[in-house]
Amino acid sequence: MKMEPVKLDKQDKELLQMMQDEFPVEERPWAVFGKKLGLREDEVLARVKKLSSDGVIRKLRTILDAQKLGSCSSTLMAMKVPEDKMDHVVRVVNEYMSVTHNYRREHDYNLWFTVTTCGGKDLEGTVEEIKRKTGIPDSDTLDLRTTHVFKIDVRFKFTDTEVEGGETRG
Amino acid sequence: MDKDEIDQAILNITQDGIPLVEKPFEELAKQVGISRDEVIKRLKRLQSIGVIKRLGISINQRKVGIVANAVVAWKVPKEQLESVGTLLSSYTEVTHSYGRVTIPGKWEHNLFTVIHGYSRESVESIAKKLSEACGITDYLVMFSNGQFKRTSVKHPF
Repeated sequence: MKMEPVKLDKQDKELLQMMQDEFPVEERPWAVFGKKLGLREDEVLARVKKLSSDGVIRKLRTILDAQKLGSCSSTLMAMKVPEDKMDHVVRVVNEYMSVTHNYRREHDYNLWFTVTTCGGKDLEGTVEEIKRKTGIPDSDTLDLRTTHVFKIDVRFKFTDTEVEGGETRG
Repeated sequence: MDKDEIDQAILNITQDGIPLVEKPFEELAKQVGISRDEVIKRLKRLQSIGVIKRLGISINQRKVGIVANAVVAWKVPKEQLESVGTLLSSYTEVTHSYGRVTIPGKWEHNLFTVIHGYSRESVESIAKKLSEACGITDYLVMFSNGQFKRTSVKHPF
């Protein structure tokens, strides 16, 4: 599945970077960006709407500190799912609100998903229920509880050469 | 913690999304039922006390060409987990990094990172770079070949 990347000019990239990293909590945020980019407020908003309709921007939102809001517990589960059962298992797993990410991966364990419960909800019970409903045996399932959260920061670099050149060398 | 019902309403609405309109915070204020100045004051306070870790846009990285991602799982000696986890987290290409339990005889890799890149080759070379940096050579690169669900954790209020 090949998808042409959306074309971004220098100002789009700077705008995306700022909106991602330091969105101003002010009455007229687009005017603040405009000042930095040398654009009018309405020009900035038009770019934002275009980037949004092109699907580059998902949404503007807050990320909350789980630890300060009553803790969450989570696990990463992996299953060896036979191809003819994949649709069924994915349907079962995706139904759970507590499942936030679910990916097929290139490994014997070919399905990987996270289960997170917050505010005293029962992680153990949810995990057991998912296992039972999918019908995948314990021997083909991993339940890898989180012991350390080192980093969750899904941000990307727009204003360096990586986006320009399209390749990272390291 | 010092947080009233209005704060909770603000957190609840904004974790879902603030409208991308001419005056986003005025629109948010209407939804909460308070004044714009009040909503701005409260947002700034919630940021300063750290309840809001970040306010900003989320990106669909695939749309800008960052199409490859892999979970890279590392087998790290227990006493090094903390330091290696912290080191790998300092790389911008690593968006997630977790320590996890092992299941003896079944699963031995205890540090999980998610790496994004423009291609498989770039993700592989990033993993190699990280391996050289942290000195852990036993690692698995598990590329994604299908995304079934991707949402965010919703905090209950």
